[in-house]
Amino acid sequence: MTSLAAPEPTPIQESAKSEASAARSERLRLLLRMPTVIVGTVVIAFWIFCALFPGIVCPYDPIFDNQLPVNEPPSLDFPFGTDTNGRDVFSRVLAGSRSVLLIAPAATLIATVLGTILGLMTGFFRGIFDDVTSRVIDAILSLPVIVTAILIVTAVGSSSRWVVALTIGLIMTAPISRTVRASVLAEAELDYVQAARLRGERSPYIMFREILPNVLAPVVVEFTVRLGYAIFYVATLTFIGFGVQPPSPDWAAQINQYYTFIDPYWWMTLFPALAIASLVVSANLVADGVREVYER
Amino acid sequence: MIRFLLKRLGLALVTLFLLSVIVFAISTILPGNVGRSVLGPFATQESVDALNEQLGTDRPILVQYWDWASGLVQGDLGQSLTLQVPAWDLLQPALKNSLKLALVAFLMVVPVSILGGIVAGLRYGGITDRAITIAGISFAAMPEFVTGIVLILVFGIWLGWLPVTAQAPEGSNLLTQLEYLVLPALTLTLVLFGYIARITRAGMIEALDSDYTRTAYLKGLASSVVVRRHVLRNALLPTIAVVAVQVGYLVGGLVAVEVLFNYQGIGLLIYEAAREKDLPLLTAGVLVVGVVYLLVTLIADVLYAALNPRIRLEALE
Repeated sequence: MTSLAAPEPTPIQESAKSEASAARSERLRLLLRMPTVIVGTVVIAFWIFCALFPGIVCPYDPIFDNQLPVNEPPSLDFPFGTDTNGRDVFSRVLAGSRSVLLIAPAATLIATVLGTILGLMTGFFRGIFDDVTSRVIDAILSLPVIVTAILIVTAVGSSSRWVVALTIGLIMTAPISRTVRASVLAEAELDYVQAARLRGERSPYIMFREILPNVLAPVVVEFTVRLGYAIFYVATLTFIGFGVQPPSPDWAAQINQYYTFIDPYWWMTLFPALAIASLVVSANLVADGVREVYER
Repeated sequence: MIRFLLKRLGLALVTLFLLSVIVFAISTILPGNVGRSVLGPFATQESVDALNEQLGTDRPILVQYWDWASGLVQGDLGQSLTLQVPAWDLLQPALKNSLKLALVAFLMVVPVSILGGIVAGLRYGGITDRAITIAGISFAAMPEFVTGIVLILVFGIWLGWLPVTAQAPEGSNLLTQLEYLVLPALTLTLVLFGYIARITRAGMIEALDSDYTRTAYLKGLASSVVVRRHVLRNALLPTIAVVAVQVGYLVGGLVAVEVLFNYQGIGLLIYEAAREKDLPLLTAGVLVVGVVYLLVTLIADVLYAALNPRIRLEALE
């Protein structure tokens, strides 16, 4: 394992490092010039703040039943109305970002780490291992994510938030590894990989120390794009009754609980729905900006 | 062309085989003890053992897979646990309903989004392009049930124009049935608009920027002729591939829409099977969704090859 230890930085590596950091700050500057990215970032930051400090932002307790009059339509006292259990919908919407902001990034992180490792291995080793893995990925991708997730969650027999995160993470590993593999195949043709092989470096060193830094751009793009998808999947699974359960405040769980009473109690469903919409659209606006900057 | 077809068919069969292995592995190996998983932690050991014997899940894994897969090949998808009828008897009418909804959505989304993509491509970089692109990204990112809720509220309840469920009363005529399908189909249309429009737009921009388009302009052709004859033909090719993938989604990704609109399709059936822990029915439903997707993409690939002279002629040589 000695070959994995960091070698002394040479002048060339130093200049490459400063070049990389210059490219990074250039990308950041470009990102912050896009109005869509700024709007998306502000909205996401707002929801993260609400998730961290529900006690500060919520005017009423979001969880305890029967503290308030029930089924009140929106008014000055209760801007989003109250629900059938006598809770303030505004407070529940503000507190409702917490679980999705935990589960979706966790799932995306799992998928990105596993997908990158699998993509590096299949792209680097090729051969029968790559052939079999690619066919398995094809098969996984021929099922809609929600359908596969329902099957896994039912088979496991539990749909706690971490089971949901792991399930979505494992399924999303397939598309990420496919993207990373394509980039690795292109890199593996280049001279520096050949040089590392001739130096007699071990495969893990070449994969993780030589190739990985050069395929980080698609990995970053995949992470931001998949985060939007993960929010989509987690919300959908919660809406159909898997994942976060009442009385925990969660947008999709609230919709699941009240959508059959949408006429006349529309406020119990509409406001959580708009909250989900604001979060997914923001995540995708940011992802779209990141993709544009990294793929130019 | 024949060689291409055979190769593509072979690939689909390999994928189908792997799909069956994956679905089998998830539904049989993951629960550890299928009987215990279905009946829950409070059931007696005798009833768990009895259910395992009835389902055959007490046998070696390979024997189980062989039995299950050979049944599949003969068209036997297994038996529903809760309803005690062949799974196909439940899946077949549900699949028919889902295909009906998918067809209505397809007929709505394809013309609208291709038109949107063409307009955005022609106005590349302009305000119309920005608006179409951002609307497309936003709606594509939105979970179907969120879009559906807003549509139900606006068109079903506040304006009162359309029914809020998708299931038309028994024996109603085609027009009434269509009326009930408009809202769920519109929900799906909004979700898919972005994907298809984006690819059409990209194809348009590439074709508009190409040498053959410049040549056509320099020949003195009117720009409407250039767009129709030279740009569109090349721009729409990649769209076909995307449309196909999205049709696969239309059939399988319907779970949330069918639950929201209470529509008796395969998505709702899968959802109900999961709620009832009816693993055999759920497994069969998932497999049917996969087969439909594989079939649709197979047809699309063949269509794409037939329309693309580069693939068609290469295969002829």
